[in-house]
Amino acid sequence: MKYIPTIGIECHVQLKTKTKLFSEVDNDARGKEPNSCVSPVCYALPGMLPRLNGEAIRLAILAGRAMNCEINPVSRFDRKHYFYPDSPKGFQITQFYQPIIGPGYVELPSGVKIRIEHAHLEGDAGKLTHFDTYSLVDLNRVDTPLIEIVSMPDIHSSKDAHDYCKELWRLMCHAGVTYGDLYNGNMRFDINVSIAPEGAKELGTRAEVKNLNSFKAVERAVEYEIKRQSKLLDAGEKVVQETRGWDDGAGKTTGQRSKEEAKDYRYMPEPDLPPINLSSEFIEEEASKLPLMPSDYRKKFKKIIREDIIEILLDYPELMRKIEELSQSGKESQLTAISNLFVSVLLAEEKSVEYLNDLPSAKDLIELSEMNEKKELSSTATKEVFLRLFDPQMKGRGAKNIAKELGLIQENDLGALEEIVDIVLAKPETKKAQDDFRAGEEKVIGFLVGQVMKESKGKANPSAVQDILRKKLA
Amino acid sequence: MMKIANKKVSAERLVRDALEKAKHFSDYNIFTFLNEEGALKKAREIDEKIKRGEEVGRLAGVPYALKDNFLSLEGESTASAHILEGFTSPITATAVKKLEDEGAIMIGRTNMDAFAHGSSTENSYFGPTLNAFDKERVAGGSSGGSAVAVALDIVEFATGTDTGGSIRQPASFNGVYGLKPTYGCISRYGVVAMASSTDCVGFFTKTPEDMDLLMSITAGRDPKDMTTLPDYYNADTDTGSDDSRLVPARPSSRGSGTHSAPVVADGRESSDFRARVGVIKDFDNTSVNAEIRDALKSKIEFLKSRGHEIIELDMPSLKYALSVYYIIVPAEVASNLSRYDGVRYGLRSKDSSNLDKLYENTRSEGFMPENKRRIMIGNFVLSSGFYDAYFLKAAKARTLIVEEYAKAFSDCDFILSPVSPSPAFKLGEKVNDPVAMYLEDVMSVSLNLAGVPGLTIPVGKTKDGLPIGLQIVGPRRSDKRLIEFSKELRDE
Repeated sequence: MKYIPTIGIECHVQLKTKTKLFSEVDNDARGKEPNSCVSPVCYALPGMLPRLNGEAIRLAILAGRAMNCEINPVSRFDRKHYFYPDSPKGFQITQFYQPIIGPGYVELPSGVKIRIEHAHLEGDAGKLTHFDTYSLVDLNRVDTPLIEIVSMPDIHSSKDAHDYCKELWRLMCHAGVTYGDLYNGNMRFDINVSIAPEGAKELGTRAEVKNLNSFKAVERAVEYEIKRQSKLLDAGEKVVQETRGWDDGAGKTTGQRSKEEAKDYRYMPEPDLPPINLSSEFIEEEASKLPLMPSDYRKKFKKIIREDIIEILLDYPELMRKIEELSQSGKESQLTAISNLFVSVLLAEEKSVEYLNDLPSAKDLIELSEMNEKKELSSTATKEVFLRLFDPQMKGRGAKNIAKELGLIQENDLGALEEIVDIVLAKPETKKAQDDFRAGEEKVIGFLVGQVMKESKGKANPSAVQDILRKKLA
Repeated sequence: MMKIANKKVSAERLVRDALEKAKHFSDYNIFTFLNEEGALKKAREIDEKIKRGEEVGRLAGVPYALKDNFLSLEGESTASAHILEGFTSPITATAVKKLEDEGAIMIGRTNMDAFAHGSSTENSYFGPTLNAFDKERVAGGSSGGSAVAVALDIVEFATGTDTGGSIRQPASFNGVYGLKPTYGCISRYGVVAMASSTDCVGFFTKTPEDMDLLMSITAGRDPKDMTTLPDYYNADTDTGSDDSRLVPARPSSRGSGTHSAPVVADGRESSDFRARVGVIKDFDNTSVNAEIRDALKSKIEFLKSRGHEIIELDMPSLKYALSVYYIIVPAEVASNLSRYDGVRYGLRSKDSSNLDKLYENTRSEGFMPENKRRIMIGNFVLSSGFYDAYFLKAAKARTLIVEEYAKAFSDCDFILSPVSPSPAFKLGEKVNDPVAMYLEDVMSVSLNLAGVPGLTIPVGKTKDGLPIGLQIVGPRRSDKRLIEFSKELRDE
């Protein structure tokens, strides 16, 4: 039988605030000792009270607007209770009843729109590492601000699930609300998958797969679930509503907890935090700080930059913003050229990630592409100078100076070129080639151009040289 | 409290006296920890300062007692609970810090019902504290130790917390002043939480003047407690915009004689200010002990004779207050006590074979029966499927109570009522009857639900010599006027 899959996705995004959501302690634990970014509030000493980080509110507004969502003027926090050593308070502070971000939508590159149900702010939990006879607790991640984005069940294929997650990631990175480091769990996805026979009015029973941390894993887990559930239904069995885990190595989901075993979180309004009241002026002022979003870039550069190049650039907000900056002063042909250099040269470099944080100035990049357009630089030389622009030791010296220092500027002065051509033509070893060419052997022109290039120590512009040679040998 | 500044006596003398008295009364089981070394050291430092002519704080050298649920660096901050045994705090509560910045000296931590769950201090891991006037009777609770420490004149004042009457009831049982301020007036940071939406920090004192001084020192916004209000207490003008009628408080006046004049309006001594004092009809019923009713009646007559107006109030929602309280408070209690799991500090049960056992054993051993009762009620009312029927309904009823108080205070300035249905009861009398124990709070809990301030004032004794207290209640942020008005009720 043919089944239609229906998928909803919950995504947790860690916000890149300086301090944690509920206390003034470092929120960036990357490379730090376990339990070194922990305040008495995170540690849940007796008598400790949460204090809300205003920066997280600002980032939530940006994140919401990036997804075309309403921002709720009044939102509140609630307590979600469970016992586990990763939760020192015995509850997570979240927004269950009145979230800060209301309905909106995300548009995929394909044009498909996925509606957002809501998104809410909450504190992250700590991390446990299990050993044979003991477990270690690291509370560095406790109360790192998260927004949890809940989609409507608008997704119907593994590809759209993949594209939705990727587009969310891009939106959050472009909005500047997260470091977006998937490997370190900055964004994590839970997928809800159900299938129903084509034409059925009701949705099937869903299974939830939790804690996926790559787009590929999302895509594979959806595919696996569709297959697993189809097999069950084909065999006349039922899908059980349950929470499943993903084994990336085996490429399988496995049952963890059924609905009957589901926890009762005993939600309760958080009495230690007053409601968040946002004036429309404040919301608008903060929302106005939202930079261009992927859809804006796609629209703007549609006719200038190849679609596949734009899609790659969108994965690197720094590069996309640089192209945007270049568009203020550069010509369209230059934008095209520099976009191509970014994708084919810079991103091919091993160190490209390091370079992203400190890109060359727009002036340098435009100067470089002008030199290329004027044929002062060959395409090989252009690539070489381009890479030098990222070199910390070369930075700020300018494309022209770097090209000069490296002796890469092409000789375009026709007078000077003619002199060199004359020298070459006077050499006895070129005599035979000249004769052959005059006799109609077209391909020896390459040999002659090469001789001139050699004489010029590579600085001559080869096409200009060919023009002169043809004239002289005519 | 001004003895030190007058330089008549040294801080060290005062502290030594207080510590001696504390030891003398050790059979009352008032203190869970005596801060002998620390207090004497501090006293000597203050004496040195005075000798050098340096400025000292408004409470310089004043010995005080700290309820065991305030975090302080000295001693173990256990909230008289087994599960916090061995916990030494790296943090000082904001209220404690403000007192100590003014030179107050903590001589000991006082006994209480574990986690403030109780009305008699019998639920303490350290055993009950005895009543200051009758050793066979309870101190009241949960701040029993603090009330008795002040009543026996061991200290000048003591801190308390009031979630449903825990300051006002023991104050009335021991014949001292006890204030539960407006919710949010004093920071809760560093105070072991019972129920976040009703917990209030307050004090026990021997005079209204001392109460005023302590309030002026500790009131105000604390960035570490987002539920605190701006400092309206020390503001020049009454900022209680939600209050019905403004009765500007008189500038703080300590010393003798001032209370012989009626309450003052517009900051001037005046004999023609007339307060409208509300009396709730339902409270004058048979459930209240006859001697307390008589005391209330005689105060009403006294006020009338002074020219104040008495207004009968109909407050029908108040009869639901206890039920509402015993849904909302246990819910918050269950939540706030979740952190005591044996993983990070305090008690950890030995020989637990796995994580669930560790939780189970630690919490079974560490909590008192009353703690467990409230945790179970709280978790029940929050369970999915029951939330709407219990917690949500109680939250709605709470709004009605808030509105009823607001309405009452549009008709009157203060409400005068009993604090508890009876004077101090016998030790063990209600221990096995939780509902009878909960009924102790029937007149006090509505204030906590509404967030309004209430002050217990001692008004006399029963035939058996037990203290009787009444409470005066005011609108939110009327704390200062409340304290002022209590002077009007003081017997000559």
